[in-house]
Amino acid sequence: MKPAAFDYARPESRSEVLKLLADTGSDARVLAGGQSLMAVLNMRLAEPTLVIDIGGVTDLAYIEIRDDRLCIGANTRQAELVAWPGLTERVPLLAQIMPWVGHFQTRNRGTVCGSVAHADPSAELPLSLAVLGGEIVLERRHWRRGRRVVPAAEFFQGLLTTAREPDELLTEVRFPLAHAEHHYRFTEVAMRHGDFALVALAAAIGPDEIFLGAGGVADRPLVRRIPRDGDLGTELNTFAWSLGAEDDGHASAAYRRQLVRELGHKLLTEDKP
Amino acid sequence: MTRISASTPYRVRLILNGRERVGQAESRMLLSDFIRHELGATGTHLGCEHGVCGACTVRVDGVASRACLMLAVQAEGRRIDTVEGLCDGNALGDLQAAFKRHHALQCGFCTAGILNSCAEFLDKTPEPSELDVRDMLSGHLCRCTGYTGIVAAVLEVAAQRRGAQPETPHV
Repeated sequence: MKPAAFDYARPESRSEVLKLLADTGSDARVLAGGQSLMAVLNMRLAEPTLVIDIGGVTDLAYIEIRDDRLCIGANTRQAELVAWPGLTERVPLLAQIMPWVGHFQTRNRGTVCGSVAHADPSAELPLSLAVLGGEIVLERRHWRRGRRVVPAAEFFQGLLTTAREPDELLTEVRFPLAHAEHHYRFTEVAMRHGDFALVALAAAIGPDEIFLGAGGVADRPLVRRIPRDGDLGTELNTFAWSLGAEDDGHASAAYRRQLVRELGHKLLTEDKP
Repeated sequence: MTRISASTPYRVRLILNGRERVGQAESRMLLSDFIRHELGATGTHLGCEHGVCGACTVRVDGVASRACLMLAVQAEGRRIDTVEGLCDGNALGDLQAAFKRHHALQCGFCTAGILNSCAEFLDKTPEPSELDVRDMLSGHLCRCTGYTGIVAAVLEVAAQRRGAQPETPHV
């Protein structure tokens, strides 16, 4: 349970990080809060030759509203998002999910972008980004085309697998702000509070349609658009089967499908706003 | 830019419980191992070493963090507080004394981490509910106590510090 040997770099600017990534590529790992990466290194699931600690890149730590998006930089900790005063009003889904993201001891160091970059299929932050239709900003060292913005639906590609190329740095995630006529809900079943979700469901409920997302079942967060005038039971059952649940040591596939149907029904029909 | 090669020990200087301390760490050395083996402060215990059990929790610049999920080199120049810093001179601090009174530990392996979480928690949440305390404790695994004594101890200290009567917790 100790990491294998690696070189360590602590750059002070974004351009230094991008140069290191360009030079080292897939042999490098980016360390921000470390609440996912350090566990991976300790268990030797990854043995990079270079760990790039971006903790010293101060211009990557911000929470700001730009256009109709809440933009969060790669060095912003989860605890800082929890403490951000406008969260409940501007992105209510995030205010609901944050108590479920790890524990307060891990939120103190873990970053918002780090959870998105790690892409655990049961993690709440990637699920929220997918349900709200958010975006991920990736940057690489290039004289002209160094920056691209990827929609969440394209970013998450599978178990701990994303659209990020080895020489790219995830610099920012963007959550769409709440629509006035929408409301947002979240629920989760886990063995214990703070454990990995067996099933996590998040919903953006609008006047004409619902976007329902599930985490913890498929290899990535998946979202289904449900028309308000459709048959909810059929929609939920189709969604539950479409996730391709598998049996594992924690729960059977049938139990996970049942959770999607039952929790989904509760989430979308209960009266509270 | 700081750059440390894998095999070269790096000089790490930090403030441990109010005193400046210096030690040598390879880049891959965890903060938890640095505190124990390099600085000799063995009050911090290691359970799972991947961030789940909470035994190694220390305070980094005042906030509770897993020492096993941080590199020693990342602690350069920072203030690290461990269980050794919670005592009041040679006597137990108020949290420690309350844990003793309420039988909030048996084997004690998880206790150092829990005390550090409680220390930050009570600084930020001077009037916690029982639910708040249980939510904070969800980041720690204790296999001896069933948590009942721990919850009672934390609620009592919170009440003591603001000069009130403690709430009686549910069993």
